[in-house]
Amino acid sequence: MKYVDEYRDREKAQTLTRAIASLVASIPLAIDRPLKVMEVCGGHTHSIFRYGIEGILPKEIELVHGPGCPVCVLPRGRIDDCIAIASRPNVILTTFGDAIRVPGSTKSLLGAKADGADVRMVYSPSDALGLARRFPDREVVFFGIGFETTMPSTALTILAAEADGIRNFSVFCNHITIVPTIKAILDSPDLQLDGFLGPGHVAMVVGTAPFAFVADHYKRPMVVAGFEPLDVLQSLWMVLSQIKEGRADIENQYARIAPDGGNGPALRAVAAVYELREFFEWRGLGSIDHSGVRLRDAYARFDAERKFAIPNVTIADPLSCQCGEVLKGVIKPWQCKVFGAGCTPEVPLGALMVSSEGACAAYYQYGGLNRTKRQASA
Amino acid sequence: MHQAIVTGAEPIAARRLGRVHVKAVTLAHGGGGKAMKDLIDDVFVSAFDNAALAPLEDQARLDLAALARRGDRLAFTTDSFVVDPLFFPGGDIGKLAVCGTINDLAVGGAIPLYLSCAAILEEGVPLELLRRVARSMAETAREAGVEIVTGDTKVVQRGACDKLFLTTTGIGVIPRGIHLSIADARPGDVVLVNGVLGDHGAAILAARGDLLLDSLIESDCAALHGLVRNLLAAAPGTRTLRDATRGGIATVLNEIADAAGVDIEIDDEATPLRREVRGFCEILGLDPLYLANEGKIVAVVPQTEARAALEALRAHPLGRDAVVIGEVRAGHGRVTMRTFTGGTRIVDMLVGEQLPRIC
Repeated sequence: MKYVDEYRDREKAQTLTRAIASLVASIPLAIDRPLKVMEVCGGHTHSIFRYGIEGILPKEIELVHGPGCPVCVLPRGRIDDCIAIASRPNVILTTFGDAIRVPGSTKSLLGAKADGADVRMVYSPSDALGLARRFPDREVVFFGIGFETTMPSTALTILAAEADGIRNFSVFCNHITIVPTIKAILDSPDLQLDGFLGPGHVAMVVGTAPFAFVADHYKRPMVVAGFEPLDVLQSLWMVLSQIKEGRADIENQYARIAPDGGNGPALRAVAAVYELREFFEWRGLGSIDHSGVRLRDAYARFDAERKFAIPNVTIADPLSCQCGEVLKGVIKPWQCKVFGAGCTPEVPLGALMVSSEGACAAYYQYGGLNRTKRQASA
Repeated sequence: MHQAIVTGAEPIAARRLGRVHVKAVTLAHGGGGKAMKDLIDDVFVSAFDNAALAPLEDQARLDLAALARRGDRLAFTTDSFVVDPLFFPGGDIGKLAVCGTINDLAVGGAIPLYLSCAAILEEGVPLELLRRVARSMAETAREAGVEIVTGDTKVVQRGACDKLFLTTTGIGVIPRGIHLSIADARPGDVVLVNGVLGDHGAAILAARGDLLLDSLIESDCAALHGLVRNLLAAAPGTRTLRDATRGGIATVLNEIADAAGVDIEIDDEATPLRREVRGFCEILGLDPLYLANEGKIVAVVPQTEARAALEALRAHPLGRDAVVIGEVRAGHGRVTMRTFTGGTRIVDMLVGEQLPRIC
C-alpha cells in the first residue's frame, strides 16, 4: 500500500534499531542513567505501543509519553459542561469518537447519551455543520477538541457557517495549544528530559519555528516526527545523534508532510477565528497560561459557551489520580497508585486510561509485556 | 409460533395462502387475527416453503430416529440480528441471520439441519422489504441445505425497534467422534484462518454512509459448515473452531487462550487483509483484528495436521486465502502479536466499541 508500506519495512526497521543501539552505546551519559526522550504526541504513543517499539530499544532509552493526547488532558469540568449542553432538549451534540467515553465528574457523554441526550459521533466538524443544515429546527453543537491539528478544520467550518448564514450551529471550543504546555513541562522542577520527538501533525499546521525555544532556551534537541513506526525509529536516532554530538536543534524528520513554514491558509483561518484564553485547565497538569483558545467576539454567535448558559465549574482531579506525574514522565503509568486497580479502560478514573493514545490505556492494552521484561531485566 | 413440521404433510405450495395488499406493516399485523395470518403466509410461509413445512402447528416436530442416524449429540444455538443497515454489500439481515446460526452450529462440528426464525417488526416497515429479507433467508437456507421449520412474528409501534430484528435458533447433529472445545488448544498447535479478515465490519461501517467513504468492500457473510466438514475430514485432530464475528479475531483468540490456559502468538505480517480493508482501517484509525467477520473461522490444529488442514481449507471456495497466522505456546491466557519491527505487543480484548482516533 503506497505511503504506508514504505514506512513498515522489516529490514529498514532492523537497520535503524541496530544504529540506535550502537549510537546509545557511544553516549557516555547513558552509562549513568537511562536517556529520557518524550514523544509529545499521542499519535506517537499509539504507534510505539502498536508496533512494540519500546521492546526493541536498548534499555538505556526510556520513552516518556507526553501530554499530546487532547482527549487525555480534557478536565472533568469541561466534560460536565459539555454534558450540560448535550442534555438541553433541542441540542444535537456532535463529537469525535475519542471524547465520547472520557469521564466527567459523574458520567461521560456516552452515559449522557444513554440517559437520552442526542450525542452523535462525527469524523469532522463539517459533518456537524451538515447536520445543522439537515435539521434546521435543532441546535447542533460541535465539541471542538484538539491541538493546532484540528483547530483549522473547526475554524474553516465556522467560516463556512457564517458564509451560509447558518444560525443553528455552534462550537463548544476546547481547542488547546501545545507550545505553552511543552514550556510548562520544561519548567517543571521534577523533570528530567534529554530530548523530544516533536508533534508532527501540529507542525503540519504551525511549522517548526514555534518550537525553536526548546533548543534555544532549554537546550534540548527536538525532532519533529512522523507517525509510522520507521518515522519514530528514525526520529529517535536523530535525537540521539544530537545528544551524542552535544547539539540542541529543531530538526524536521516529517518534512514530507510538515513544511518548516507550516500551512499558510490554515494559520490564517486560525488567526481569524480564535484568540488566546488567559489560561486553560489541563487534566493532570493544572491551569496553564495562554494554553487554550476561544472564539473571537466577531464569531460569538457560533460560540456555545456564550449561546448557552453552562455551569463552567472547575472540578479537581481525583486525589488518587497521578495523571500529571505520568504526563510529565516523573512516574511510569504502572507506578500510579490506581493503575489497573481503581483505574482501568473499562472504568477509567483518569483520562490517560480513556483514549487509545493515552499512555495508561496503551500500557494496559499493549504494554504489559515490555513492563514485565523491563522489570525482569532491572 | 406459526409454523410447524410434520414429515410427509401436504406441501405449502398447494395450500391457499393469505395475501397482504397494503404496502407497509401496521399494528394490526401483530394483532393475532386475519391480518397477522395473512402477513405470515404472504411473507414467511410462502418464502420458506419446503416439503416438511405444512400444518400450522405451534411447534416443529422432528423425527428423533432420523436425527440419531447422523450423530450422537444435538447442537442447539440461538442468535439475534439487529444489523444496520438491513441491506449491505455482500448480504442483508436475512442472509446474516441464516449464516450466523449455521456457523455457530458448524464450529461445534455439527451438521446444521433446522432453523427457527422470529421477527420483530417496526410498524411502518414496507412489505416489500420484508419479502426481500424472507426470500434472502429462504435462498440462503436452501443453498446451505437447512430448513426453516418454525417461527414467530411480532409488530411493535414505531420507534420501539429499528425496522426489523431477527432471531434465529438452530439445531444440528454432531457426528460421533467429533469433539471440539475452546479449552483444548495446546502448546505447539498452529492457528489458522480461512481468509482475509475484517470484511464484514468494514463493509457495514462503510454502508452506514456517515463516514462519506465510498468503498468496494463486501461483507464476507457465508455459511461455513461445508468448509468445516472438509477441514475435519482432513484434520480430524482439530482442537478448536470459532467463528470470528463481533470483536474480530482478537476477541476469539483471547477467548481461546483464556479457556485453554495457553498463550497465542500471531504474526502481524501473516495476518491476511484485503487491500481495501487495510486502507479503510488506516484512514479511520481502526484495528482490523477487532473488525467483525461473518464468514471466517479461527482453527487450532495440532502441528502434525497443520498442512492437511491448510490444504483442505484452501481447496474449498470459502477458504482459498487460508493461512497459518500463529501458534499456541505454554502460558497463561495472553495473546501477543509479533510486528514487523521485531517488537511484540499484547492483543487484548476490546473495551467497549472501537473508537476512531482523531490525531
